[in-house]
Amino acid sequence: MNSVRTMIDQLAKVVPTTERSGLAEWFFPPSGPHSQQRRGIVSLATIAFLLVLLVAPIQAELAPSDAVLQAQQRRVEVMSQASQATVAVFDGTGQGGGSAVLISPDGFALTNFHVTAPCGPAMKCGLADGRLYDAVIVGIDPTGDVALVQLLGRDDFPFSELGDSDAVRVGDWVFVVGNPFLLAHDFWPSVSFGMVSGVRRYQYPSGTLLEYTDCIQTDAAINPGNSGGPLFDAAGRLIGINGRGSFEKRGRVNVGVGYAISINQIKRFLGHLRSGRIVDHASLGATVSSGQSDGVIVDDILERSDAFRRGLRYGDEIFRFAGREIGSANALKNVLGVFPSGWVVPLSFRRDGETFDTQIRLMSLHDSAQLIDMVQQQRQKPVQPPEGDKRPRPGDEIPQPDDEKNPLKKLRLPKLGKQEPELPAAVAERYQSRRGYANYFYNLQQQQRLWETYRQQNPLVEGHYAWQIEGELEAGGRFEVELAADQGGIKLPSSDSGARFTGSLETQLSPPGSGGLLLTLHLWQRLLDRGLRTFGEVHYLGQLPIGPQWEPADCLVGIHESVEARFYFSTTSGDLIAIEMIPSENVDSCLLYLDQFEMLAGRRLPLRWTVRHGDHQFAQLQIDRWEFGPRSPTAETEN
Amino acid sequence: MRLLLLAIASISSATLPAATLEQTIRTAQIKVVKIYGAGGLRQLEAYQSGILISAEGHVLTALSYVLDTDDLAIVLDDGRKWQAELVGSDPVSELAVLKLASDADTFPYFDLQAAARAGVGQRVLALSNLYGIASGDEPVSVLQGVISAVAPLEARRGAFQVNFRGTVYVLDAYANNPGAAGGALVDWQGQLLGVLGKELRSQVTGTWLNYALPVESFAATVDDLIAGRVLQSASTDRLEPDQPLTAEVLGIALVPNILPRTPPYVDTVRRGSPADRVGLRSDDLIVFIAAQPTPSCQVVLEEFARHEQSAAVSISVLRDGSLLEFSLLADADSPHSVSQPIDQP
Repeated sequence: MNSVRTMIDQLAKVVPTTERSGLAEWFFPPSGPHSQQRRGIVSLATIAFLLVLLVAPIQAELAPSDAVLQAQQRRVEVMSQASQATVAVFDGTGQGGGSAVLISPDGFALTNFHVTAPCGPAMKCGLADGRLYDAVIVGIDPTGDVALVQLLGRDDFPFSELGDSDAVRVGDWVFVVGNPFLLAHDFWPSVSFGMVSGVRRYQYPSGTLLEYTDCIQTDAAINPGNSGGPLFDAAGRLIGINGRGSFEKRGRVNVGVGYAISINQIKRFLGHLRSGRIVDHASLGATVSSGQSDGVIVDDILERSDAFRRGLRYGDEIFRFAGREIGSANALKNVLGVFPSGWVVPLSFRRDGETFDTQIRLMSLHDSAQLIDMVQQQRQKPVQPPEGDKRPRPGDEIPQPDDEKNPLKKLRLPKLGKQEPELPAAVAERYQSRRGYANYFYNLQQQQRLWETYRQQNPLVEGHYAWQIEGELEAGGRFEVELAADQGGIKLPSSDSGARFTGSLETQLSPPGSGGLLLTLHLWQRLLDRGLRTFGEVHYLGQLPIGPQWEPADCLVGIHESVEARFYFSTTSGDLIAIEMIPSENVDSCLLYLDQFEMLAGRRLPLRWTVRHGDHQFAQLQIDRWEFGPRSPTAETEN
Repeated sequence: MRLLLLAIASISSATLPAATLEQTIRTAQIKVVKIYGAGGLRQLEAYQSGILISAEGHVLTALSYVLDTDDLAIVLDDGRKWQAELVGSDPVSELAVLKLASDADTFPYFDLQAAARAGVGQRVLALSNLYGIASGDEPVSVLQGVISAVAPLEARRGAFQVNFRGTVYVLDAYANNPGAAGGALVDWQGQLLGVLGKELRSQVTGTWLNYALPVESFAATVDDLIAGRVLQSASTDRLEPDQPLTAEVLGIALVPNILPRTPPYVDTVRRGSPADRVGLRSDDLIVFIAAQPTPSCQVVLEEFARHEQSAAVSISVLRDGSLLEFSLLADADSPHSVSQPIDQP
């Protein structure tokens, strides 16, 4: 009886700090007060050690089956490999940090925005090989609490394979790797093991940033310092980025409830994060409330939203969104949160018993100035108290008035010096500051990459502004397009029309019903003529789904005379596959799909054009003649 | 050693029939409900968990302030929401039985008569709506662990010893978080082993306990409750602390106690004392200590004396018309104070 008492006492001492593995407890009963803190973390080395310790003496007693030993060996290997790709993040001054995970051999790594925010553009990253690397910020998603950084100095970094978080189920075994309490002085990360406790969880934002939607809940220990680090499935595939936990009176250590941002959400943002921008989340442009039946009821809608233009109105009942059934306002919020601004998703709604299915483009959650301000505020937040010291003591109630469910604050060590250090040379080479960007360098790099590829493949560049194009309409009949620098015209079986490219462009939207095909072509010509530097304001947006299959394509945005043109390039061939012209915020765009690339007049040209405007297809044009240069000597040209 | 092997074997084999464990969890989840009632103040969550124990819709849950309302709402796994009424309660085991306001429906349930027993080392799953994470038709959370011990409960709530002294399952999972009370402890076959208890601390160490009441400890009682038989209420023992807390230790001097009910104003705060460090001041009026109202100087002194010096105590004061809350912890210099990390200042 006495021994049972002792055991309970010991266990009770252990409970607040231990990580959930029964293994460690049974093997290392707590021996002293300070062993309690270590017990929270079963390092990989410990597990390997345990195995060695275990297998030898037991075999004689109770030989375990080979299957068991093999499974255990496999687990050790998986964890070892996963540890290689896990990063210990420290800010440039060595005063704080968190975790991250490498996802490509050239050093791109995912972490939390709340880990990188106080670091500025540069951080130091330690890997399991014991080496410290310089890293530079690439892109941030403040709403989703995700940041992309790049480790520098190698092109053969170990990296993790991205898993499929939609396939994760409650009861799946998972493990967390990272740098809890900044324990890894040699950068060898710690591992904790557990189960998926819940999927598709929603965690409210703090303010309007750091909202966790559709996230994974696990009882694998996630502690301060694990922020930004990986959650792996049993096969070692990356399924989430850890960043939050539910705490309360037991203090800021794991109590069996941690949350990871699902990797499928991050996959949609990854193309955007590579753009070096401050990436925004999406809004429907409407608010809803839970209805009586299965769906949710629209109780307010913005007239400038695409949802409104696609027919959604006050009082309609949304029952399906982005492929998921929507039963409550929370469910809609949960699904909406996984999409970047500008994403196109299917929407189904009911009105008076009639069902409507449409595709809508999601609008931005924040206006860009607002988002930039909030990022600034996050960056300037005062240094957190040294939470590494906040180890719970028996009987200790740590008052944490506002910290419930807050993101795990990054750990901070006592501040040593005040001045910000200069950027390391390797970082300075890959960093360019600009308002609205986390790192403009990466945006320029992406712009140039797209442009160079496009120019090499497309000798159209010398064509300038004089184009004469003829062909068949899919609907029957012939068409003819003639373009010059300052005007253009189109002849269709139904009518002839023209547009002038001087003065205010947003009114030149002929032919009627196309949304502005001639202006769209003109902006294409302008890009070919002027290139990136003098087109107007040009930036790389990231990857957005486009085309009948909604495949992601690289999107280059150019703004000329307040008219926005989006140039979509294939991620595989580098071809320009679509141009979208948005004359102003409140109207539908003209979307021109380009395909059937073939040789014509000595050049490789897209011979089929599909013109869409709003819900409908304006025309499909099959081109059989395309000439460059003025038709007659009197036509204007421009050099 | 054998135990450990068992644990490893079950971890490894779990990867093979993963679908089975997933199904087991799913089958158990649909018998766990979310309960919403009274509360809502800080550290008094207005929610807890419960389990269905009859096809007619009896729900077993923890007896707590959450049930102190006429407006109890029970949300099932499928999102259906029911009103419920209190059928009966047992103040010793602190369990209560509710009945969903439904006559016609049948519900999935745990059969208490067919419940299983478990021993130390057995792998278990704890299902509850801890922290109120799940809402509507979202499934409750699942935590996994092993039974660390099967032993008598020696626990306290604040200064009070809990009534239940029977044997409980002590768990190595963080099963007893806010909102978890009333949740299910099941084995890997999905059989009910016990019900997750309310948040309690060890009487010996003061740490939060993770435990569940075994089914056999309450199965008969629950039958009585459902049958409408009245249980005798138990007295509540108050424990005398080993080292009572005093105002002096905290650095607080109250105004002279001259009236039968002298309002407990702070007269002075000793410089550098725990009270000084958290910002208590002269002329603060102490209105609550550990959520107990303190109408007079005498009550303040008595209330302090009910707490251990080693434990933090929350105190609310009225200052310039606003209510301020502080958490006070006496300086740890007594030989009785429990162990601390060595690097703690």
